Order: sequence, then C-alpha cells, then structure tokens
Amino acid sequence: MKNINTILIKEFRSYFNSPIAYIFITFFLAISSWLFFGSFFIINQAEMRSFFGLMPWMFLFFVPAVTMKLWAEEKQLGTAEILMTLPIRDHEVIIGKFLASVGLLAITALFSLCIPFSIIYLGNADVGTIVCGYLGLLLMGGAYLAIGLFTSTLTKNQIIGYILGISVCFVFWIIGEGFVLSRTPSWLFPIFSYLGLGTHYSSILRGVIDTRDIIYYFSIIGFFLYLSTLSIESRKWR
Amino acid sequence: MIEVKELTKSYGPTLAVNRVSFDAKVGEVVGFIGPNGAGKTTTMRILTCYLTADSGSATVAGYDVIENSIDVRKNVGYLPESAPLYTDVGVVEYLKFMADIRNIPKSKRNERLKTVIEICGLEGVIQKDIGELSKGYRQRVGLAQSLIHDPPILILDEPTSGLDPSQTIEIRNLIKNIGREKLVLFSTHILPEVEATCDRILMISRGQIVANGTLDHLCSQVRSNNRLYVAIRGSEETITPQLKQLEGITDITHIDTENGVVSYNITIDNENDNITEYIFQSVVQNGWSLAELRQESIDLEDVFLHFTSGEQSKNTEAPQASESSVTPVDEE
Repeated sequence: MKNINTILIKEFRSYFNSPIAYIFITFFLAISSWLFFGSFFIINQAEMRSFFGLMPWMFLFFVPAVTMKLWAEEKQLGTAEILMTLPIRDHEVIIGKFLASVGLLAITALFSLCIPFSIIYLGNADVGTIVCGYLGLLLMGGAYLAIGLFTSTLTKNQIIGYILGISVCFVFWIIGEGFVLSRTPSWLFPIFSYLGLGTHYSSILRGVIDTRDIIYYFSIIGFFLYLSTLSIESRKWR
Repeated sequence: MIEVKELTKSYGPTLAVNRVSFDAKVGEVVGFIGPNGAGKTTTMRILTCYLTADSGSATVAGYDVIENSIDVRKNVGYLPESAPLYTDVGVVEYLKFMADIRNIPKSKRNERLKTVIEICGLEGVIQKDIGELSKGYRQRVGLAQSLIHDPPILILDEPTSGLDPSQTIEIRNLIKNIGREKLVLFSTHILPEVEATCDRILMISRGQIVANGTLDHLCSQVRSNNRLYVAIRGSEETITPQLKQLEGITDITHIDTENGVVSYNITIDNENDNITEYIFQSVVQNGWSLAELRQESIDLEDVFLHFTSGEQSKNTEAPQASESSVTPVDEE
C-alpha cells in the first residue's frame, strides 16, 4: 500500500512537473466547454446531457494522451530497469500509475465543475443527474485510462502507445453503440452491448446508479490493469 | 554473498549467458569484464531480478533471485548501464522518491540524502532537474540512487562509461572506498579501470566465464610463455642464426631493422631463467652492441586478448579456460 502511494505521488508530480497536466486540463476544458456552450444557449435548457454525451468522444482522444507516457517512457528512458529492480511488486507499480492518471482526470473533472455551477445558477438544473453524470464520467474515464495504460506497456514509443490506446478504446466503445449493434448478429448482441464502454455510461447518465454498471467498469479496469501487469512481467517469461 | 551456479539465459536463438558460475563475498570489488555483448549486462540483470534466467540458480545476499526476489532487491543497489533516470524531476526529489520506495524512515531520510549527496559529490547540482545535468552528473545521481539504502551489495553496470578522465578517476576511487565494506560487482570494458579498482577479475566472453582470479593470478597464467624484446646493433644475417642457437629460445621473429639496429621478438621457454644473460653474452662475444633488451610486460590487455580471442588453442600452455576456471579460482 505504501509503495503504491509512493508511485502514485511520484507519477502525479511528474504530470505537473511537465507541461502535460496543464495542456491536458486547459485544452480538455476549453474544447469541451466550447462544444457544450455552442449549443447550450440554442437548446436553452438547464441540463448537462450534451456535455456528458461528448465525453466518450473527448476521452477517446484525450485519455490515451495521459496514459501513453506511463510505461512507454519508462521503457524509452530505461528507467524501468531501475524501477523493476526496486523492492516493489509489478502490480503495485501499475496500480500506482493508474491511480495517478485517475487523479489527473479527477482534477480536470473538478475544474469542469464551473459548468454545472453556472448552469445551476442560470436555471433549474437537476443536481442528481449531474452528480450521477460525474460519477459515470469518472468510471468510464477509469476504464479508458486502464486501457491506455495497457497499450502503453506494449511499446516504448509513446506515439504508438497513444494510437494503440485510441484504437482499443474506440473498439471497446463502438461495439456498444447503436449503429454497430443494429448490424450485429443477434447472438453477439448482448455481449457487444454489455461490453460497450458507453452503454453503462448512458445508463448511469439517466440518473440510475445500478451496481451492475459499477461492477462492469471495475471489471474492465481490473482486467486491463491485470493485462498491464502481465505485460510488464513478460520480460521475465522463460 | 553472491553465488551463481550454472546460470544460463538465451534470447531466442542467441545464448547470452552460458552456464556462468562464480561467487563473491563482502569486502570485494569484483570487476566483470568482457567484450561488448559478452553477457555482462544480462548476468547483472538476472542478479538484480530484472530478468529471469532460463536455468541455473543465483543467490544474492543469501536469498534466491526468483524465490525471494523482493529480499534480494532490498539488499542490492543497482546502477544500470548509462544511468537511466527520470529527466523531469529534481535531483533531490528523485533521491527522496528512491528513499521512500526503499522504505527509509522519514526520520533518517534527510541524513541518508546528505550522506549520498556528499559521497557522490552532488552538492553543486541539488537545485537542478536531472534533465539539465551532464552525463557525468547523471551517472553520479544514478550512483547516489543505488547507495541510498546503504546496501551490502552494489551492482554497477559500466559506471564510468561516458565520463571524462577526472570524473572516471573520482568514480573509481569511490568504488574502491565503497568496496572496503561492501560487495561491489561492476562491469566495464575499460581495462585500466579493472587494474585500478578490482580485487578480483571475472572475465566473460561469449556468455562464458573464461577467467576468474586476481590480476596477478591471471597474468601468471598468461605468462606461461614469456616474450622478450631485443634490439641489437649489427647485421641481421649474422645475428639471427646466432640467436637461434641459444638454448631456451623457442621462437624468434625479426621485427625491424632501423639505422643498423635489428630488433626481435623472442619467445622463451619458462624453465630457462638465464636466457637474458645468454643473449647478453652472445652479443658481447660477437662484438655487437646491445641497444635494448627487455621482457615484454604482460598487462591486462594481453590477458584479456588471451582469454577472449578464441585462438587460445594455439597456445600450448593455455589453461583450459572455459572448463577449469568455471569453478571459482582460489585466492591464497
């Protein structure tokens, strides 16, 4: 636990020691706010549904940018060799790094709270759905982050890690979307619809928190963190 | 403190480490030398639990590298080749991170930091980010990192590569000092370095330990047939046959004739200690004059070439290096 914490702090600091965190937060908020407020006054309704609707797309391009360096950089610099010879287990490193990226995403979400606050100020918004929305956002973001972390362990090139991250996230998201599901054979339908990253998110957005949705995201996170651990352990396979 | 038995590791079809066995104890500085790609780094990576060997066993500080990997890592300080460090953190912040991961209690942390900063001469750069540091300073930060938890065993992979001569000397002295109370295993392909710092030499070539022992010990193995260098003023036609007649000379090669001075490389057999006198007398008797007569000193370079060249079979007296010296050579 202490080791995870040490890694978490180190990774979190490194986000803020480099421009990544600032660029990420600024551009994420600027683009999402611009896209959201562009239609907000036209629709003229005090709700954030379209903001949350943007998130699967926004995450697709932004989240792998946060995770791409997590392991690829260690490989590139060779620092993995020091890290993996410290008295710390592989999964502790992975969990620590994952939590650091979740931290960055949470801080971004925190900054974006000025959107709901202004909406509540402007009109009569439903606070409950907004809270649910943020919860869904963090859960889905966590799943994206875990996938991105996994693809980062596959390569020492950050760009490749990034593109792979986008690709895998895209596949996991698209299989649950209507335009794919409508062309899916019926026996695959329930699997695709269950696995889709966005399906459970939209059910949370409706304001209903179902434990199954939460379990889904935690399993996806757990699964990809496990794969990441296997991936960095693979150097030791005989 | 380090015991390695029959360690083997291959990358695909390439055999990187082939049945390597050796041991080393605390208070020793062991130099691990060999040509590039000989398997030094791979062996070190196995000892530090970064990689796993295909077969064979290794215990470090009494713990098995596979069974008790975490305990091994606690007792080892490791500096990988070319000191890979995070570039976006400050020197002190980095060392603090290492101290935390090494579970150094907060109360002792500052004291340890101060000690390693002093040992490694980092006082001048503590304000800086590692990314701003020169190669030499990065190497020192890497060394500081490996020393932070005061480990009984230090494994350093080419700690002096890329340093300027004065930095190299500093690091060597540092290794020597540390080696008084710790076990230092370091690799290099710079031969004078080994001569300057090591108590014992492990020579590895193509994945196999080809020599193991003190420098003197290894030199004496090579010295099995000695060489002399002789330069005589006179004419080559008369000198060569005369020298050939001398007892104890097994081979004689004419090198050069310059300004009437003829020079030879002479291989003598070891039994005959008086050969230099015979040569001298022969010179006097024939009325030539002796310009130079010296025993070709055998340095580590010869030893290195001897053990790693693969042509050792030519040498009749060559120790069956690959077989016999796999078992650790005893020091007196």
